Amino acid sequence: MLDDKTGEYAAEDGTEAVVPLMEMRNIVLRFGGVVAIRDISFDIREGEIRAIIGPNGAGKSSLLNVISGFYHPQEGVVIFRGRERAPMKPYQVARQGIARTFQNIALFHGMTVLDNVMTGRLTRMKSSMAAQALWIGSAEREEIENRGKVEEIIDFLNIQHIRKVPVGRLPYGLKKRVELARALAAEPELLLLDEPMAGMNVEEKEDMSRFILDVNDEFGTTIALIEHDMGVVMDLSDRVVVMDYGRKIGDGTPDEVRNNQDVIDAYLGVGHD
Amino acid sequence: MFEQFLFAVEVALNGFMAGVMYSLVALGFVLIFKASGIFNYAQGVMALFAALTLVGLMDGQVPFAHLINAVLGTEAHHFGWHLPAVLAILFTMAIMVAFAWAVNELILKHLVNQEPIILFMATIGLAYFLEGFGDLMWGADIKKLDVGLPQGINGWIDETTFNAFGYGFFIDNLDIVATVIAAVLVTVLVLFSQYTKQGRALRAVADDHQAALSVGISLNSIWVLVWSIAGFVALVAGVMWGAKSGVQFSLSLIALKALPVLMLGGFTSIPGAIVGGLIIGVGEKLFEFLAGPALGGATENWFAFVLALVFLVFRPQGLFGEKIIERV
Repeated sequence: MLDDKTGEYAAEDGTEAVVPLMEMRNIVLRFGGVVAIRDISFDIREGEIRAIIGPNGAGKSSLLNVISGFYHPQEGVVIFRGRERAPMKPYQVARQGIARTFQNIALFHGMTVLDNVMTGRLTRMKSSMAAQALWIGSAEREEIENRGKVEEIIDFLNIQHIRKVPVGRLPYGLKKRVELARALAAEPELLLLDEPMAGMNVEEKEDMSRFILDVNDEFGTTIALIEHDMGVVMDLSDRVVVMDYGRKIGDGTPDEVRNNQDVIDAYLGVGHD
Repeated sequence: MFEQFLFAVEVALNGFMAGVMYSLVALGFVLIFKASGIFNYAQGVMALFAALTLVGLMDGQVPFAHLINAVLGTEAHHFGWHLPAVLAILFTMAIMVAFAWAVNELILKHLVNQEPIILFMATIGLAYFLEGFGDLMWGADIKKLDVGLPQGINGWIDETTFNAFGYGFFIDNLDIVATVIAAVLVTVLVLFSQYTKQGRALRAVADDHQAALSVGISLNSIWVLVWSIAGFVALVAGVMWGAKSGVQFSLSLIALKALPVLMLGGFTSIPGAIVGGLIIGVGEKLFEFLAGPALGGATENWFAFVLALVFLVFRPQGLFGEKIIERV
């Protein structure tokens, strides 16, 4: 917890001070008269898989968009690595080390898989425009280094066979995987996945779950994801935030959340009698 | 009969070279349209402005001379120096980059997420502004542009063809140079967009704004880059047209010829702009040669537009444009 008086982190029981990677405090997001997020606070700890669940229209994607800078909340603060974050543009957030995927797949359809994944490295490429244009010294070395990293990720996600295929021609499940590859290419500290398994069949879901767990294991990437499939969420995540009508109605381990009466009501509906 | 055929070939060759000029202008349109979805009506005026600036710098003209003299009562017109062409081209390019930055800062930034028609209207305004600004800055008289490009009939081709067929082809050296420069320009542009990080970012923005943002690309810096490249293409086109027919304000009208080129080639395709320009260049010259006499001449004025109209009816996306599929 961030202490209001000292402005420093202290564990509640005083044993160890854990600075969460990301903390949201009292976030309120309105679109005109519609309140999408009502006073939500939660944190994401380093190295965990954090799920955000809730019925349709609960404000999950809005919350993800606040983290990635696409939306700017009217109230509340976003704290990243222990520091309060000023309102930022999405590309600035990306440069801070937060990568994301989209619910409706936002890939560069005219470009090949390889080129798409290479765009993920843009934040890592530092050589100047002149050096790039003339293709001298650092530019060439950089391209080779980054290409190496990208090939590693392509191997990791098992998409070598489609490297040179324009993304527009791929089936849905593979597109989702390419989008994950592009996000991973940035070697993010925090990876945001907006419904990574939406619209997939069981087999594809299993593949994707395995990839998410592997990413978390092997690269130690902190992951926040939105998902509808409860089974998947419970298997994957370390902790779960449950939202309903823009409010947080539950927060804890999968088991705690499963037994939370508010959560059960939100998902199954409450009888009015 | 054979002589007639040779003459037709000569006409087609000249049309081909004229087509290169159209392609150059069309290329500027395509670049901006691809990256930002804006149809930049001011592209032709940008070519004019670049050419005006180049001539002005080379001749050491005092910018805004009329204005300054009217206000201060002075008689300043020339600094009295002559800049070498290479230096003047570099300075002009710097001015085009500054122009790109100003367009983004003063216009585009404030119109983010607006309808394409609003952005289009803004570029019409920009075109008129720039035309007036160029007039005020450098004066409205027709200027001679000589950057040292070879001009006049190519003796070697004339002689060779005369010896071979008994009929010498008239090919202008300037047209040959323009073709070579255009080819180099397109090659450089393609290499830049395929193999550099900025090129990749540029293609990414052209493809999907949201996704581009999510991988850390700043749209503003890319738009400045795109407008700068378009300014560079405009400069090249302005130099070519200026060297051919003098720098005059009717130069901005060549933008109108680029329109049918774009309809033919497709608004989103760089190869389309090239091929479209060539087809129209060759087409209008040959048509004039073959059908002109029967139709009373001056077909070059309308041929391109009629051809574009035919394309609009049968293939609205152009030869190379992306097919428009709408799901219902």
